[in-house]
Amino acid sequence: MLYIFCPHCGLRSQNEFAYGGDATVKRPELNKEISDQEWNNFVYLRKSPRGKHLELWHHISGCRQWIKVERDTSTHEIFKTYKADELTE
Amino acid sequence: MQKYSVFSLIKNAFSDHQNWEVAWKDPTPKKEYDVIIIGGGGHGLATAYYLAKEHNITNVAIIEKGWIGGGNVGRNTTIIRSNYMHDDNALFSEFGMDLWRKMSQELNYNVMFSPRGIINLAHSDAQMNAYSRRGNSMRLNGIDAVLLNREEVQKRIPMADFSDNVRFPIFGGLMQPSAGTARHDAVAWGYARQADSMGVDIIQNCEVTGFDVTNGKIIGVRTSRGDIKAKKVGLCVAGSTNILAEMLNMTLPIETHLLQACVSEPVKPLLDHVVTFGAGHFYCSQSDKGEMVMGGDLDGYNSYSQRGNLPTLQHVLTEGIAMFPFLSKLKMLRTWGGIMDMSMDGSPIIDKTHIDGLYLNCGWCYGGFKATPASGWTFAHTIAQDRVHELNSGYSLNRFNTGDLIDEKGLGTKTWIS
Repeated sequence: MLYIFCPHCGLRSQNEFAYGGDATVKRPELNKEISDQEWNNFVYLRKSPRGKHLELWHHISGCRQWIKVERDTSTHEIFKTYKADELTE
Repeated sequence: MQKYSVFSLIKNAFSDHQNWEVAWKDPTPKKEYDVIIIGGGGHGLATAYYLAKEHNITNVAIIEKGWIGGGNVGRNTTIIRSNYMHDDNALFSEFGMDLWRKMSQELNYNVMFSPRGIINLAHSDAQMNAYSRRGNSMRLNGIDAVLLNREEVQKRIPMADFSDNVRFPIFGGLMQPSAGTARHDAVAWGYARQADSMGVDIIQNCEVTGFDVTNGKIIGVRTSRGDIKAKKVGLCVAGSTNILAEMLNMTLPIETHLLQACVSEPVKPLLDHVVTFGAGHFYCSQSDKGEMVMGGDLDGYNSYSQRGNLPTLQHVLTEGIAMFPFLSKLKMLRTWGGIMDMSMDGSPIIDKTHIDGLYLNCGWCYGGFKATPASGWTFAHTIAQDRVHELNSGYSLNRFNTGDLIDEKGLGTKTWIS
């Protein structure tokens, strides 16, 4: 069982959250010509590192806010959590 | 190589089974190979076997970080099927079914292929319609498919919950009678033994630490047991694909996720088929030892841990009990996990790469075991001929760029959702 610290609600069990995937992918800028390659990079390509991974979680059975979680993908240790719009280190 | 037969069994019984030949050798790596396959799992071993057998390329090494067959080929729920709707998947896996049927004879190794049939349960009229569409697509591709109504399902699996008061009543199901199971370890060992006998070096406890690429061409790999030169290198490393890709500065449409499986205590024979729950993600068969072999959803977040978490297991087994109420009375014997190379459309990649002489075999999601022979066969062809075979032409790396996805389940890029 993972315990995730929601910046809005405090420590909660993973059962309250839905996973939202890699938080480092960036959508191509709006109102600009976007190449197929840029779409491909954004929609499909993932680093999927072994080790530290910054990811989105949705506190869907809690405050319903999206948060960012920095977690180790091999030990499941959670280092830090952020609000969705908070800058990460 | 010593042939396995009833006569060799009797002969060796006289010497107390002390004089069997080793099934494969433990060579030290040579300085150079024509082809290096990274990953000594089912797919890697099968690739080496077909390189030797079909293409006469025997100066081949399989490099394995741990021991052969210690990854997903030894961790799966042994299901073999070709019940796909899309042409690319259907033709590829039906080609594999033919290889499965003759595998024990061909490898002189009993892989205990058991075509016991798979039944996908339907729990609504809409699902019956969807299954009838899939079944028709399968039949158009020459794959056996039978649409069963409720009574026909009940005749085959009477222990399922057919009572009136259930949340997900069984409306019927889609059956592929020729699907089944096989002894997963035997598949790895059978391929390893034959590949070894044809001259392939199986090098275990040898971790790849880097690649030597010059002018866009691969010239060798760096390993924990020294540098090894190679004209061609093939990657068959499933959940570790992204780790090796990073060494090559490649980013792939792959995420690594954890999938759990479990077995119950052994009970007397009661389940003749592989059965899947249609209102969630749960599948079940009974092993030859009598254990109920079960699996379901991914743990749901990127993971390299090879060890599962309880909430998912609980969720999956809740579905299992909804389908087969008797499961609640059984004790759990073992649970375990493996790491899956989840591709962004749920279909695999068997292709060349932008690096000359480097070939990629990944993205098997949780369907890798059944694909073992077909994957090895087509990957060997792709490596030997330096071009993809018709069977794996759809499994290109570039399809994400061009939009030619093969999204069998229509799930999109949220690989962890199912």
